[in-house]
Parts: sequence; structure tokens; C-alpha cells
Amino acid sequence: MRSEENLLVDEHIVSLKDEDLSKDKTVNKIPAENKTADTITPEKPGCMNDEYEVVYHKPTTMVDVSMHYCPGCAHSLVHKLVMEVVEELGIQEQTIGVAPVGCAVFAYDYMDIDMSEAAHGRACATATGIKRLMPDKYVFTYQGDGDLAAIGIAETLHTINRGENITIIFMNNAVYGMTSGQMAPTSLVGMKTTTSPLGRDVAEYGEPIRVSELISHLPGAFYVTRQAVNSATAVRKARKAILNAFKYQKLNKGTTFVEIIGNCPSNWKMTPIEASKFIDDEMIKTFPLGDIKLPKGEDLKMLEEVK
Amino acid sequence: METTDKATSAKARKVKGMVDIEISKCKGCELCRTACKENALTLSDTINIKGYRYIIANNDLCTGCVNCALVCPDAVITVYRTSPKKNAKREDITPKNIKEEIKAIITSPVYNDLSNMDYI
Amino acid sequence: METKLMKGNEALAEAAIQAGCDAYFGYPITPQSEVLEYLAKEMPKYGRVVLQAESEIASINMVYGAAGAGFRSMTSSSSPGISLMQEGISYIAGAELPCLIVNVNRAGPGLGTIQPGQGDYFQSTKGGGHGDYRLIVLAPSSVQEMADFVFLGFDLADKYRNPVLILSDGAIGQMMEKVTFGKFKPNKVDKPWATVGKPPTRQRNYITSLHIKPEQLEKHNEKLVAKYEEIKKNEVRFEEINTEDAEYLFVAYGLCARICHKAANIARDKGIKVGLIRPITLFPYPSERINQLADQMKIILTVELNSGQMVEDVRLAVNGKVPVEFYGRLGGMLPDPEEIVNKLENLINKNHAL
Repeated sequence: MRSEENLLVDEHIVSLKDEDLSKDKTVNKIPAENKTADTITPEKPGCMNDEYEVVYHKPTTMVDVSMHYCPGCAHSLVHKLVMEVVEELGIQEQTIGVAPVGCAVFAYDYMDIDMSEAAHGRACATATGIKRLMPDKYVFTYQGDGDLAAIGIAETLHTINRGENITIIFMNNAVYGMTSGQMAPTSLVGMKTTTSPLGRDVAEYGEPIRVSELISHLPGAFYVTRQAVNSATAVRKARKAILNAFKYQKLNKGTTFVEIIGNCPSNWKMTPIEASKFIDDEMIKTFPLGDIKLPKGEDLKMLEEVK
Repeated sequence: METTDKATSAKARKVKGMVDIEISKCKGCELCRTACKENALTLSDTINIKGYRYIIANNDLCTGCVNCALVCPDAVITVYRTSPKKNAKREDITPKNIKEEIKAIITSPVYNDLSNMDYI
Repeated sequence: METKLMKGNEALAEAAIQAGCDAYFGYPITPQSEVLEYLAKEMPKYGRVVLQAESEIASINMVYGAAGAGFRSMTSSSSPGISLMQEGISYIAGAELPCLIVNVNRAGPGLGTIQPGQGDYFQSTKGGGHGDYRLIVLAPSSVQEMADFVFLGFDLADKYRNPVLILSDGAIGQMMEKVTFGKFKPNKVDKPWATVGKPPTRQRNYITSLHIKPEQLEKHNEKLVAKYEEIKKNEVRFEEINTEDAEYLFVAYGLCARICHKAANIARDKGIKVGLIRPITLFPYPSERINQLADQMKIILTVELNSGQMVEDVRLAVNGKVPVEFYGRLGGMLPDPEEIVNKLENLINKNHAL
């Protein structure tokens, strides 16, 4: 949950770094919040003498606040990846995002781009309204499993069928996170959630929906892929997928859909490390990773010209 | 000891890495710790302002592979790396007074109370 | 200035194009599919966006997206479809976005019929969706007003950053009358709050109706309440016919106002001094004027195509000064002017008998 302190962190955090300590009044009030603290390791004489370059930093397109997500939550990771992509492509001025209802409802507090909050499940319709009127901008929706696959399945299917030139980022963590762990359309068979306390019963609720496969049959879907973010290799692949998904928007050939298997440590009742292992052991059996629909070679040739 | 051997071999390596961790934003999820192949990251014994134990890096072992920063959900890690080919300047040089600030914070009354708290 | 013979729905659609509507999202439903069809044919000629969405729910959310991006957007539907849109309308009102919604009212409840009704008065003026918000409601009673209110509606929406509802009905939507275009011009308003992509010169814009802290939400709601008070002060519109010397008053809107006008003429011929007040804005309601008129009236008769909705607002306005009676027809049946005159005569006789 956001706290009052976050409001103070925003602009001061970088400027206070070089300020003279003696006249700094905020140190007493809020100790560690306002400082970009350094590591607390013993002296490292060898390292200090070499010439270093930055190889990785938090994207500048993110607002510099602490995110309210649970420790280890995949949402914050994917926010970071999307913002990295926006920074790399240099499209911060042309990107408009649509936030869902779910844990990521506060996405507009963390992503430093123009954003719109949509009603539950209707992010695809809202994005259609925006993209149709501003076809040259990059529009993306960021939705969870309830938003996209339950209440919003009609909007999702029709948006993709029409081939709206938007990017849909689907965070699949098999539960409803924000409302404390109810069953989702993508919950695994036998998975215990608050509304399936004895495990998901196929006779009652059917099997989990594989949304990527479902929508890949629609001709309006241009690029459909399923990735995970539970290890460094997976994060690299997911980042590449999101980068491609954004790039392909310029081709105006259809919807790009990136499904990301995320975790929900709080509602899975696991530590983040156990959750990462659960994804590898169980989730990937139901939701295999990889590209489900790739664009054809001649479509991508236009990409070089567009750039 | 294994760590010293690794440390000395790290010093002898051509490409060395270093990480900055924003401890006030770290939530102690430990995903970076499992991602680090050099076992350079450990969880602290004290807690930060939010009440989380945070990650401490042993930069002698760091190779700058960026794995930890990639999996960090809260983007608290900045990774630096030497490049034997380039003569790049290090960005974001940490001034000495920041270290003094941290010493002041850690020894301040508020922080001392927190570090004396019993936690599991 | 050009005068044409047009259907109500088509006049509305033509006015939308001339008023600078950038986007129309709709779904077919009788009796208003002509709006969507007309725009589907004409809008592309001007390079504007028209889209048949997969449902009314999708339509209103597309309007939400387009309005948030700073464009003039509208949708139209009939009673069951407007019921579906209520969540979206609440979001639009909460996020303070301008848009135009048209309800071509048909008799209900449920699937009902395709004949005209006025059973959506409560839904339009007392909320409809969840939360404390109000829509500016305009009630046309002729094809000319169907066209004029589009210009007025867009301007009011932009001025107050509030959705505007045009509450028409099946008969006015389908009837053909003379309509003149060219009286009004579209006004463009600057919208610095729109999500058009963040340039380095400003903070990011975000459109939201979520204020999770109660202190913030209270302030936000107080801001909305203040806005509605201002609308009540400035935007009341109504039409009065023959009220200067009247002793009896008809109150009706939309289609019923036309019938009551005829009924009033018939009554005048019989020697009964009847006047008619036709509210044009159902929110804000012309309560003050009705209260004033109540001083000179003996009986006030409200005529509606429902079981008694606007009559409650009339009673509130009159505040007990004079008896307020009600006459209504339901299910899509329309009253004859003679019926209304009979009802009035019965009431007068009853009054004298007392």
C-alpha cells in the first residue's frame, strides 16, 4: 500500500545525495528513505581504484518511489521490464498505458508515462478508444488473470480479433491477488485457493484457460508469446519479448500479446524463491513457455524501413 | 577459506563488477541471492526503515553479470563493471559523506531501537 | 443554414458530425440503430472514428478511453443498453471526463418493448450507476432539439468535465421532421489533463477515479458536489407555454410535452386556463421556476410515460403549496390529448366537490 512517505521521496531523492549534510533537516525525521544508500560492506580498496561503467540501472522512466507490491512480486519486475523497453526505444513521450483493476491498479504511480485507469476487465476497450484516435502512439494494456480472462474476456477477444495495434501484457499468476487469493480462470487443477479450498475441481470449474493458445487462433493476433520471469535467463527472454511486442506496434499488423507467468508469493503462501521453483515445476506444465505465434519474415522486413 | 580464494581470484580477474543497493527500497525477497552465481549477496541482520532485512553485497566477488539486477523486482540494484577495453568513467561516484550519513543514521536513536527489535 | 427532412436519430447523428465529434462507439439496439448506421456511413468521409463495439459495455469503455485522451466522443443506446453502461458512466463521472451519451428510451423494465417510454428518468437523473455523481440530462422533444442538443451537450460536457446524457425516446428518435443545421459551431477546448503522451515539460497525466485514501476521496467528492451546485445555478433550461395567466399547470418533458401542448390548447378552447412547463434540463431540474409557478396554480398535473418518476421532483419543487397530480401510461402506450384533458377536468371537479 502506498504510504504518505512516498510523496516525499519523489524529487528529492537524487538531489539530496550531494547536499551538504550539516544543513540537512530531513535526516532526523525520516532516516533512510531520502538517501540513495550505498552498500554496507567493509572497505574495498581494490574496487575503488578501477574505472567502472554502469551496465544496469533502474530505468529513468520509472517514478522513483517504493512500490507497494509484496516482496518478490512479479508485477514490480514486469513494470521494470516494460519501462526499460520504453526507455530503450525512447518512446516515453508517445506511450500511453492502461492500468487494470487488480494489484497493478496503482501502476500509474510507478510508470512515468501518461496512463489511464480502466474499469475491471475493460482495459482492452479503453485502449481501443485511445489507439483508434491516436494511431501513431504506442498504447499498451497491463492486465491480470481476472481482468483479462474472466470479466474482460469478451473485450480481449474482440480487441484481438479486430487486430487493434496495441500491446497486451498479460500477467498470469493463477490467482486473484488483490482480493486475497481467489481462484482465477488460469488456476491450476488441484490448486488450493480461497474459493477452491479443496483444490480446483475440473468437474465444477473446468480446466485452466490457456489464453495465449486461445487467442493465437485469431487472425488479428500478430505476435503471441508466453514467458516467465523467475530466473535471470527467463527475465532476459521476457524483456526481449516485450521489446519486440512494442516494436511490432509500428507495423500496424495486429495485436501483440505477451503472457508472463508471474508469481504471487503472498497468496501462494510461499517465499519468493519457493514461488520461482513452483513456476518451474508446476506452472510450466500447464502453461508451456515459448513463442506461440510468430510474425512472418516478410512482415518483419518492414520493421527496418519503419525504424 | 573458500571465500578468500575466490576473493583473490576475483581481484586477479580482468573484468570486475560492483553493485549499489538501495537498501531503503529492498524488501529482502532474496531472489537476487539465488540468482548470483558467485554467492556474493547475503541478507543483512538489521532491518531497514520499512522493516525488511535487506541485501548486502560482497563486491570483491562481483563479476558484474547483472543477473541480480535483472531478477530484482524492485529495481534497487545498480550494477557497475570494469571494461578492460574502454576507459569509461564511473558514473554515480559515491561520495564519502554518504558513508558518513549512513554511519550517522545507523547510530541514531531511531535506528538503534529498530535494530534492537526482536524479529524472526 | 440548410433545412432537411430527417429522422430524429439521423438528425442527431448529423449534428454529431457537425459538432466535431471525433469518435463514436456504439452497439445496435432498437430504436436507435440508425445513429450507428448513419455515422458508419458518414464519419469515415471526414476521417473520424466510428466503431461498432462488441457490446454496450465495450462501447462506454471505449468512450472512456477516447475522452481521457482529450477527444470528443459519444455513444448512444436504448434503455437495456444504458443499464449495461452504468458502471462505465460512473467511472467517467468519477474521473471527470467529458462525453455525450444518448438514451433513446424504450418501455421496460427488462427487455420490454421497442415503443417509447419515459421509465429511465430515475436512472438518468438520480444516478443510475454507483456513487455520488450526477449527469447533465437534456430532454429533447423535437427532431430539431435532437440536433441542437448535441452541440449544447458537447459544450456543457467540456465546460464542466462531466458526462452529458440526452434523454430522448423511441418516438422522437423515429419521427421525421424539418431540421435546420448551421446555427451552432463546434467549440474546441484545451485539455491539458488528457493522456496524449508525456512530454518532458510536464508531469505525467493519469486518468483515474481511484482515490484509495478516504481523505482524498472525500475532497474529490466535495469537488464534484461543488461542481453540481454550480451546474444547478447556471444551466437550468425550460420552456413555458401560456403560463402567464394559467390556473392549472401541466408538467411534462420530451414526447409527453408535445401531447400536453395539444391538450392544453384543447383545454383552453374549453375555457380552462392551462399552461405547460417543459423542463429541458432534467438535471438540473427547474425546481425554482416550478415553485414560483405553483403560487398561481390550483392544480399541477404531471404527465409521463411511466408509473410516476418526474412527479416526485415536481412534488419536491412545489413543496406542498398545491396538489400535484399524476397521469401516466405504461408499456409503450401513448395518451391522447383528450385523455389528459379529461383527467384534468376530473381533478378540477373533484377539487370543487371538496
